[in-house]
Amino acid sequence: LFSIVAFQFEEEFIETKEDLEKLRNDGVLLFQQVPMVEIDGMRMVQTRAILSYIAAKYNLYGKDLKERAWIDMYVEGTTDLMGMIMYLPFQPADTKEKNLALIIERATTRYFPVYEKALKDHGQDYLVGNKLSWADVHLLEAILMVEECKPDVLSAFPLLQAFKGRISNIPTIKKFLQPGSQRKPPTDEKFVAVVRKIFNI
Amino acid sequence: MSGKPRLTYLNGRGRMEPVRWLLAAAGVEFEEVYLETKEQYDKLIKDGFLLFQQVPLVEIDGMKMVQTRAILSYIAGKYNLYGKDLKERALIDMYVEGIADLMQMILMFPFSPPDAKEKNLDSIKDRATNRYFPVFEKVLKQHGQDFLVGNKFSWADVQLMEAILAVEEKVPAVLSGFPQLQVFKTKMSNMPTIKKFLQPGSPRKPPPDAHYVETVLKVFKK
Repeated sequence: LFSIVAFQFEEEFIETKEDLEKLRNDGVLLFQQVPMVEIDGMRMVQTRAILSYIAAKYNLYGKDLKERAWIDMYVEGTTDLMGMIMYLPFQPADTKEKNLALIIERATTRYFPVYEKALKDHGQDYLVGNKLSWADVHLLEAILMVEECKPDVLSAFPLLQAFKGRISNIPTIKKFLQPGSQRKPPTDEKFVAVVRKIFNI
Repeated sequence: MSGKPRLTYLNGRGRMEPVRWLLAAAGVEFEEVYLETKEQYDKLIKDGFLLFQQVPLVEIDGMKMVQTRAILSYIAGKYNLYGKDLKERALIDMYVEGIADLMQMILMFPFSPPDAKEKNLDSIKDRATNRYFPVFEKVLKQHGQDFLVGNKFSWADVQLMEAILAVEEKVPAVLSGFPQLQVFKTKMSNMPTIKKFLQPGSPRKPPPDAHYVETVLKVFKK
């Protein structure tokens, strides 16, 4: 979400258990957890809180309470979908295939149809209020993640295909999608091992 | 149609209880529709009422809202329980998210396999006493005010109150190391809208029992 407002940000990577312990002992993690984002004098934790703050600060949260409600609903949907994908690499090997199938099923029967319909009903370029918002960024991220699981997953969703093309071409997003940006690659086995080690899971 | 918000969920706490708390705390009357059968649930889906085919559903201000967090944020925003500016909102959001993680453990507890129940109960106790309650104890101690954020009653206070009572149902002496939270609990209990909600006959739902678990499994069966 930072990238879209051409906001530069620094990153500190936790690589070892000791790195995490130090953060905890230094009292910088409100609930002993990451993500943690230092912004405007606050040490923010809890992903949704962080994202809400950024969205509001940079005018990506709609123009009133009702638009915000719609953005929140849409974002919670894509969060549920991306949550499934996030956990996939950590699941037992013998359940991976079943879980992957469930992700695709949910994407194509529960989530994508909602966004396809939203775009169809109002015929506008963006999900809410005819203006780029957090919901659009989140949906693009979700689409790309699901496509990594199944490349042709958008085949039945023409408006989402157009949406993907449009949002990807926004200059700041286009830049984020290019090599050398701060975007991180898909989770691989090496990353899974590091996570397991650091968080003792 | 009365103009009051209408809540659709099972007749039990589950994911709707925080919504009941927040509306009640804001002094807002609401109606409830209870899901008792799979057929009722399937009909809601078929009729297109549920954006992502899930409940909770709250019909409010002409919207059919789903997704608990979205619903709670809207109510908080509408009834001035969301702080006075972006930074206060950020604090409220952080606190509420932390509490939601703790409440999630309690939500899932009745559905854990019998042989995992003791371990899960220990986790709830451990997280409450070592991760979450200390944070709020410290916040209250540091500013010495009655409420968590901005010296004003907010969504965060309601959520914390709900969590304290929910954990106490499982771990009765859980607040013994937290004097500020004990005072907080008393103060919240005495706020008129909350006091009313804590009395018999209010929309507050009882702790989940075997019948509730059974109904959940039945209604949401694939």
